[in-house]
Amino acid sequence: MDILPQNIDLSPIIISLKTASAAIALTFLLGLFVARWVVRLKSEKAKMVLDGILTLPLVLPPTVMGFLLLIVFGVNRPIGKFLLEFLGVKIVFSWSATVIAAVAISFPLMYRSARSAFEQVDQNLVMAAKTLGMSERRIFWRIVMPLALPGVAGGGILAFARGLGEFGATAMIAGNIAKETRTLPLAIYAEVAAGNMRTAAYYVIIVMLISFVVVASTNYFAIKERKYLK
Amino acid sequence: MRLLVDIKKKLKGFSLEVAFSLEGEYTGILGPSGSGKSMTLKCIAGIETPDEGRIVLNGKVLFDSEKKINLKPQDRNIGYLFQNYALFPHMTVEENIGIGLKLPQKEKKQKVKEMIKAFHLQGLEKKYPNQISGGQQQRVALARCIVYKPDVLMLDEPFSALDAHLRDQLQIEILELLKLYEGGVLLVSHSRDEIYRLCKKLVIIDQGKSILCGDTKEIFRQPKLHAAARIIGCKNISRCEIISSHSVRAVDWGFILETGRPVPENIKYLGIQAHDFCLLDVVPGKVPGKEQNNVIKCKISKIVEGELEYNVYFRNEELEVENGNESEEMNMNSELVYQVRKELWDNRKNKENLYLKIPEQAILLLG
Repeated sequence: MDILPQNIDLSPIIISLKTASAAIALTFLLGLFVARWVVRLKSEKAKMVLDGILTLPLVLPPTVMGFLLLIVFGVNRPIGKFLLEFLGVKIVFSWSATVIAAVAISFPLMYRSARSAFEQVDQNLVMAAKTLGMSERRIFWRIVMPLALPGVAGGGILAFARGLGEFGATAMIAGNIAKETRTLPLAIYAEVAAGNMRTAAYYVIIVMLISFVVVASTNYFAIKERKYLK
Repeated sequence: MRLLVDIKKKLKGFSLEVAFSLEGEYTGILGPSGSGKSMTLKCIAGIETPDEGRIVLNGKVLFDSEKKINLKPQDRNIGYLFQNYALFPHMTVEENIGIGLKLPQKEKKQKVKEMIKAFHLQGLEKKYPNQISGGQQQRVALARCIVYKPDVLMLDEPFSALDAHLRDQLQIEILELLKLYEGGVLLVSHSRDEIYRLCKKLVIIDQGKSILCGDTKEIFRQPKLHAAARIIGCKNISRCEIISSHSVRAVDWGFILETGRPVPENIKYLGIQAHDFCLLDVVPGKVPGKEQNNVIKCKISKIVEGELEYNVYFRNEELEVENGNESEEMNMNSELVYQVRKELWDNRKNKENLYLKIPEQAILLLG
């Protein structure tokens, strides 16, 4: 008996992993940077408004985000036009669009995790560091980051998983071009639509496996006691 | 160390108005919990910013709202020993001590090694803060402040987190270690013992306001103000009326005292420290002679036994006769406490009546 379907196209797996990896690299840095910036804002009002805007992609339907991204990057729109005419880069319906969609959707997860991790660092330690003459940058890298690391890493893993599963915004801005922009979630949709349940199931199992590994490693980070707490 | 502080800061349900000027190597801030002592230190360190005012340390202006000067904490060169020590939990003892040093690697290592030795921390170099005892944590925190050679070292309730039996020993130890440091020390505490033992100069803060500032011994001898007397631990305080230039009437206690010195006009209260009474042990049945001033015949209400002393709660017997139907509140205020060594109390001859004399110099005249 043959359980595995014949001639499986492996490209969605590779595209998905590439997209999710590139997206998490961007999301991680961006999320960290923005979180630190928001935490250091003095005005509580500005914080609230900014936090709302930055969290929006998490609660909006992904198709709404896809629509907004199309407006920004469409070839007839200022930014899209500029990129195409001056840099010769066409964003929409290209692989880079899958990355942009994943970043846009996964960013709030990273940002929120990093922000709460930063805010939970004991402010007495930061004050002590200041009285010891440490510069703001050194305090961030030597005190705040190491102490916030478990929360930051957890946020990164969640953001990675979300980027991997991104469907709606990707479909709208990157389309569903086989071997180019067809990520695993899109491939599953396409195979089911074409009636190839077996191939779809194969992709489903792969997504489940990757996701399980990711979630399990989140728990590992959450449970793992830091050596100085032993 | 010369420190001038004159600041105002509005906080939630609380406003801080502290103004004092201190000169001396060991100075203290005394006040009850929540009176604004820590906030004052934080303003001096630059971690908190006052709304207005001036802070000047050894002639260096740290903060001046008019001239728009507000040095960053990093530029103030002030050591701050936090109440909970604020050691970095993810760094070892030696990393904690060396973190603020801006020296080449080799010199830094040497310096940290010296501090470890001076603070008796050998063998703990590679340990994390939660792997060592409270006393050791405190020494690490102190070493971390001192290695950085601050102009002034501020200690925020340094002994409050320790067990009582460790506290006395550590006070001596810390005092010894502070000799390694040449600079001013500013100690914040709610414990009058600590302040009295360690500080020559003193500021008293109550409810966010600095009420008194000066020589510690002088303030403990003559606190001058009602609130200050309470804070330095005077348990007997009564409202008073001025009778003549050398006598006052204690309204709550119902007796007149000769002060032996002129009474300033602004005096509203008088206080007597519980241990300042003199026991007049006259033969039973006899009344002390008229030549004795300021003697009270006491009616004992209760005796509480302490470790080394008795606290004898009493009222003026004559007061009871005067006001037969006094209110509950009057009762509370009219009670005094006399602290007496057990030996003296147990061996007194006259156990029927108690006569206490209040020496003139023990009367605290308070505004």
